[in-house]
Formats: sequence, structure tokens, C-alpha cells
Amino acid sequence: MSPTMGDSGRPLYEELGLLPAEYDRVVQLMGREPSDPELVMFSLMWSEHCSYKHSKPLLKGFPTTGPRVVMGPGENAGAVDVGDGLAIVFKVESHNHPSAVEPFQGAATGVGGIVRDIIAVGAKPIALLDSLRFGTLDSARSRFLFRRAVEGIGHYGNCIGIPNVGGEVQFDERYEDSCLVNAMCVGVVPHDKILSCAAKGLGNRLVLIGNRTGRDGIGGASVLASAELGDDDADKRPSVQVGDPFTERKLIDCCLALSEAGLLVALQDLGAAGLTSAASEMASRGEVGLAIDLDRVPLREQGLAPGEVLVSESQERMLAIVEPANMDAVVEMARRHELDATDIGEVTDTGELNALWRGEEVVRIPSLYLTDDVPFYEVPRNAMPAPEPIDLSTVPEPADLGAAWLALMGDPNIASKRWVFEQYDQLVGAGTMRRPGGDAGVVRIPGTNRAIAVTLDCAEWHTELSPYEGGMASVLEAARNVACTGAVPIAATDCLNYANPDKGSTGWRLAESIRGMADALTAIGAPIVSGNVSLYNESPRGPIYPTPVVGIVGLLDDASTSVGSAFDRQGDAIVLIGYGEPRVDASRYLGRCAGRPPAPEPANDAALFRLLAASAAKRLLTSAHDVSEGGLAVALAESAIAGGVGASVQVPAGRRADEAMFGEGGGRVVASCDPAHVDAITALAEAGVEVTVIGTVGGDEVSVDAGGSTARVSLRDLAQVWEGSIPAALEAA
Amino acid sequence: MSQPRVAVLRFPGTLDHESAARAVEGVGAEPVFTHHEDAALPDGTVAVVIPGGFSYGDHLRPGALASRTPIMGAVKAHAAGGGRVLGICNGFQILCESGLLPGVLRPNASLSFICRQAELEVADSGTAWTGGRAEGETLSIPFKHHDGAWFGDPGSTRVVLRYRGENPNGSIDKIAGISNLAGNVMGLMPHPEEAQDPLLGSVDGRVLFAALVA
Repeated sequence: MSPTMGDSGRPLYEELGLLPAEYDRVVQLMGREPSDPELVMFSLMWSEHCSYKHSKPLLKGFPTTGPRVVMGPGENAGAVDVGDGLAIVFKVESHNHPSAVEPFQGAATGVGGIVRDIIAVGAKPIALLDSLRFGTLDSARSRFLFRRAVEGIGHYGNCIGIPNVGGEVQFDERYEDSCLVNAMCVGVVPHDKILSCAAKGLGNRLVLIGNRTGRDGIGGASVLASAELGDDDADKRPSVQVGDPFTERKLIDCCLALSEAGLLVALQDLGAAGLTSAASEMASRGEVGLAIDLDRVPLREQGLAPGEVLVSESQERMLAIVEPANMDAVVEMARRHELDATDIGEVTDTGELNALWRGEEVVRIPSLYLTDDVPFYEVPRNAMPAPEPIDLSTVPEPADLGAAWLALMGDPNIASKRWVFEQYDQLVGAGTMRRPGGDAGVVRIPGTNRAIAVTLDCAEWHTELSPYEGGMASVLEAARNVACTGAVPIAATDCLNYANPDKGSTGWRLAESIRGMADALTAIGAPIVSGNVSLYNESPRGPIYPTPVVGIVGLLDDASTSVGSAFDRQGDAIVLIGYGEPRVDASRYLGRCAGRPPAPEPANDAALFRLLAASAAKRLLTSAHDVSEGGLAVALAESAIAGGVGASVQVPAGRRADEAMFGEGGGRVVASCDPAHVDAITALAEAGVEVTVIGTVGGDEVSVDAGGSTARVSLRDLAQVWEGSIPAALEAA
Repeated sequence: MSQPRVAVLRFPGTLDHESAARAVEGVGAEPVFTHHEDAALPDGTVAVVIPGGFSYGDHLRPGALASRTPIMGAVKAHAAGGGRVLGICNGFQILCESGLLPGVLRPNASLSFICRQAELEVADSGTAWTGGRAEGETLSIPFKHHDGAWFGDPGSTRVVLRYRGENPNGSIDKIAGISNLAGNVMGLMPHPEEAQDPLLGSVDGRVLFAALVA
């Protein structure tokens, strides 16, 4: 017997994205040629998107344990203990390729998918965040993708009633063809209500809850998410799923009610590879088999082939394991939420996935073949030499520091993202204490006096130039944002967006940046509890920057001690806290990805975070804001704009004024406080962290005296440029 | 004496019922979630809150399908008897669709969803809904909606709240909230249930909930 041929005249396995050696392995494992539906299932489950066959060996380097970890990577989402018998559940996930092909639905269903990961654990979603990257706004296509992706996130997120509390948006020509849409969801659940996806109990029922199954999203995980983008992308539009947020809302309510009533043995969402992935994960994790009767799956349209039913990525569906005695109650609960709950099969002791179609067995695969027997690949590690530092004398000194400052404020990467976050419901649930636009979103943990601070961040230029240090910087920038609110960073999630790992130095960058992230996470005591990998983000015009997006969750034991980023009180002292020297290498001021940015010092950051948390707990700080893109001058301006009050600072002489004002690097925070608190804050500084008073809050302008050169700009001008930049770029079109 | 009962309606797609219920508790009343298929309000109901959200996914028009559910018949009877009804955001849309308040809510002039803190000016101090606030006093309450531009004849209603400053959504006369002429039915686009907790920045939303049991 020989492999089935596809429509194009090539073998079907090849059309489905499998390599000849992978097909041989399928045949060897099965001891026979697979049936067509079986082959489709292997092609999806062995795709990069589902199997992580290139990245899994590298991910083993992450710290994943710690005293707070309740559930680490491997389940639908990770969970950490936050006291009061509660756990915070969270994960970040990419929806890059669908968004590049159809941005509205791609981004919308990205939100839908990550939310279902959270409810699969039994948790109530309480916050959403997004990390978005597009080409520059002078490109019509990038403006289109940006507008539509934001609208899609708003459309879906607003309708399902989860507040959007933060994230980031960046623009760079490297993302022109391959935009990045990463969405993170955070939920809360009592420890004793945490659900696993492991199927259990011989004879228990397999129940599909939610939407009917249609043809949308067939092959999304393989042909879309595990291949480079090219000229035929428009043809892939039918592979993008279509979202229905109203059904998702009903699904959230229904699943939480089922879990609350103790009616579920296990729960799993249907995402990439649909029923195939959900069922094989549940069977493998529970070390059981599952028998599915495909004729019982409610369909939205007639004429689906069995393989299509098995891999359709129709949205808003969950798969549950239910004891037979509870079936009536489950169906009735679903009816009250105006949803279908359908018994489509049962738990068996075979360890196999069996599918019946019109009475005939069309699939018989040991589930471990699908989930655990994928061939893993070592990525090539073609190291790049360390880049040379920038020679400052080659960077022209600006004639007008104020003009240079305003230009930076208007850089869309630095400018206010109000145009984005005003399109999102930031508040629903009445728990949002710190809204988007600050360092991190702060949300109350319902029913307690605690709060969490959450953020998403990445240092992609740094990662491109020196991947190990860039991986560290990505972690530390995100954690610093959380620490500025006074929260203690307790755990992390990551979304690794990279190009084709087999080409150029991408594999090496992937490996090195993971090593850097792992070392930084270990140093600050924040283990990874969930994550996602998105490879092949490249087009014929080239790869994206290596973009390891890091989500950090921090905990505030007393919500009322949280700190914002705004200068609030005239006469407050402005204090620079942290370590490191400003440099122009890979800075927004330099304006290009070049040079050798200073290496972070994770141990110093850990000390900085302890100082910030202790200062906040003692209510010593009025504000704290991370010095990141645009350097000290931009950080000062942002705090001043947020509070509507000016500032006057003096930075030590000894370096060029532009470098002092706009240079980046190290771990630095601009804080403001009652002058009487400076000594108490200084007393909290451990080795590696310096506390320096640099100025005073007040007036209606922001002025910086850098070694004799003074730049002063009115608050009004700074705000106008900063607020107006992105709307102007979109309107100019 | 037991606490007065306030029915908090729940349609498929309602989102703000839990926050609204907490706000009802905050004024010393007992919130009772009330299902859209019920034909009667809970025994002893003194007032009704229709919380925000996307009932029926905004299919057809925001509020259109919810306004035709069995529970809305009971709400109409409650209002006709002089009982108080507070509709917030989608609840306001439902009140307009059901004819309990005049006018319609059109898409925002920007055609986009907007989430922002608003300063609302008391335009009519004669209703219970703004407590003792004088005309011209402000309440700081956030809004978040896509279809919030009230359109209709201001003479057919009592304008209770207006947006101060720039008109955010293109509503007639910067209207943010109206009541019927009798003053017992109130609808507004901003979210008073999001302005109950000092840690969230404002407690100005409390007066609207206090009016339910005043």
C-alpha cells in the first residue's frame, strides 16, 4: 500500500504539512497506513503549533516550580496561590498567523481562545491583556491590520465582559508582513474548584458543550500557524475561525455554573486542531481511552467528512467528562444558558482514541501517539558574534534637546496608546484599580483585600542583538512594570514569537533567549506556569525580531497600597531608584536596532523589586514609573502628563546630555514621594540599588538639567504630542 | 425589619449584574437576580435594576430582544405602579426599546466603542436619582459603550445628567441620562456600579443606587 495522494498530485501527508520522515514514523507506530481521518489528525497534532516539536526540548530550561505554584505548564493554564484559599490562573497565547490573514476575526478569536483556556481550569476570568506588533504606521496595510485587530479584540472582549487592563503595542517594519497578536487572560478560582483536563472514570460520558461544529478553521494549526506567510495568504482566509462572543459569554457562565455545582470530572477547551486535540489531551493525561461517535456531534452544516469534524476549529466549544448520573443535570444547566450539551462518547480503558462514523470505525489511534510520540527536533544554533557597542561620537548631538524630546514623545512606540485602550472595556466587574496606560494593570481579587498587578512586555531589539541578555531584559522589564505598582512579582507566562527556527540564527536566538529568561526568572523568584510558542513568523521579505513576550503577575496583599505612575503632589521629591547607566545602544533615541545594550543584572532588579514593594506597603511612595523606551526624560514626561503637574530635575554631570536624558538600560525607576520619606526609602536599599533625589514635582513644564544643558518643555506641548501621535498617524491616511 | 428587595435582571449576555448587586447591597438593600424567562418580579420587590452588558449579543439592535422577554412585562407593570427602575447602559437601551423611556440610543458619532471616565453634570435636581445634588454639581462616573448617543425629543423626558465638556458620543444636548416625566424610571449610559469603591477612584455612583430605596 502507498500513501493517499492529495488533490495537487502530491502525497496527502505532504499537503497536510508532514515531512516524509514524519509520515514514515506514523506508519511505523501504527503498523499500517493511516486512514485519511487519522492522517489529518496526525498532521495537526504533530504540527509545530500543537506539538512544540522544535521548542519543547528548550523549554525544559524554564523554572516551573515554587512555593506558590499550584499547577505548572502542561494544563490549559497555570495556577499560583494568592492566599485566602484562592489561586490566580493565567496564560498568554498567540494568534499571529490568523490575524495577519484576517485581523478582525483573527484577533477576536485569539481572545476567545485564551479565555476558554482559563475557564477550562474552572477559573472566573477577571482580566485580559494584549501584546500587539505591527509594521510602521506609514504603511496602509499595517494601519489596516492595526485598526482591525484592535476592533476585533474590542468586539470580542467587550461583549464577554472581561476588563482589558493593559498590554503593549509596538510598530516596526519587521512586523509588516507578520504582525503579532498575543492575548493573555487571568482568572481566579478557589483551590478546591480547580479542574484538570485529565479524563477519568470508565464509562463516564464525553460531552461537547457550546457551538455547533462547522467547516471554519480547518487546518488552522498546520497550514496557517506552522508555516511561513507568503503571497497566497488570502487563500488561507477560510482557515481563520469566526468568533461569536455572545455564545462565549454563555459558555463562560455555563461552565462556571457546572463547575460550581460539582457536575464536571474534567474540562478542556477546543482550540487548535479542535476535537482531535482536546480528546487526545484528555485521554493521554488521564491515561484512558475515549470513544467518540462522530454522528452525534451537532453540526452547523451538512456534508462534513469525518476528518473535518475531528479537526474543525469552530469556536466557543468545550469538552467535558461527566458521570452518567449527572448527564441530565448538565444538559438542563446548558439549556438554561441557551446552549447545547451533547453526549458524544465515553471514557474507555483502551488508551486509544476511537471514532465511529456511520457505524464504522474510522479512527483507532493510541492517544499517546498523537500527544507524546511526535519527533522532536534540535534547532540549529548558528551563533552570531556579539555586536559592537555604539561609539557615541558617531551619534550627532541634537542642537535642540527639547525638540529631540518632543520627537521621541511622538514616536508611535512611545506615544500614548489611548486610541487603542479606549476601545476596550477596562472596567467591567468593578475591580479595575489601575487602568491601561500605566506600568501595569491592577485588579482587585474579588472578595478579598488583595489585588494583582499584571503586564505584558518584551525587549525585541535587545533580543535580536544579544539574545541571552535580551531574554533577561524581556523578563525584567515586565517584572519592573509590575513592581512599580508595589506588587511582588510571583509568576510568569510567556509567548515566544520567532521566525523559522531552521533558518539563519533564529534557532540560536530562541535557545539563548530562553536561557536568559530562565536565569532572570530564577533570580526574581517568578516561575513560568504556562506559555505558548509561535514559530515561522516570517515572510519572503524576512524574519520578525525574536519576540519573547513575557506576562508577569504580581501580588499586593493590601490593595489600598497600590502605587500609580502619576506625579500627584506639588513639592514631592523626585527620586531615581535602581541601577545601571543610560546608553544609546538599541534605544528609541538611536532609532534603530544596533549596538550592544548594557547587560541587565537580575540580582539588582530583585533588590529593586523588594525596595518598591516595601516602600509601597509602608505607603512611602506617591508614584513609581519604569524608565524604559525614551529613557529618563520620557519617563518623567509620562508621570507628569498622567498627574497633570510638571517637574524639574537635575541629572549628574559626566555624560552627554542626550545620553543622560534619552539613554536606556539597567533597571531604573522614577518615583515621587513626600520629601520626608526619602530617608526611609533610602534605608530600604540593598546592595546594587541606589536611591538618588533628582528633583521636585511642580509647575507647568518639565525641565531636565543634564550637566549644564537644560531642556524644558511645557506640559501642554508634551501631552499634545504624546496623545496626538497615533490618532494623527491614522487620520493622515 | 428585613432589607428592601431590589430585582437585578439577568438576560443572556448581561455582564454587570454582579457589580450592580454589590452596589445594591451597598445601599442596604437585598439584590435578587431575576431570570429573563420569569413572568413576575420576586415577591416584595421595591425597585428594579437592569444592568449593562450585551444582552442577546446586541443581535438585531442593542436591547431589542431583551425588551420583548417575559420579565419586561412585569417591569412595565412595576413602573406603571410608580415603582423605581434604573437602567444602566444596555439597561438604558432596553428601557428605550421597551417604551418605558422615550428616544433611542444610536451608535457613537465616532462609530467606535469608547471607555472613559466622565464628569456628569446634574441637569435636573428634581428627581430622586441624584440625591440632594444641586443642578450644575458633577458626578464622576465612567462610561463604556458603542451605542450611547441618545436621540429623541428632550421635551418628552426629564434630562437628569449631561456630559460636562466635550460631547463624547454625539448624543442630543450632551445627554447622559434621562428619566420619564414621572421621575420613577431612570436610564443612563455611564456605569454607576463602577463608581462605588474609593480604590477604584470615585464613589459618585452611590446616589443612583440609593435612590432605589429612598
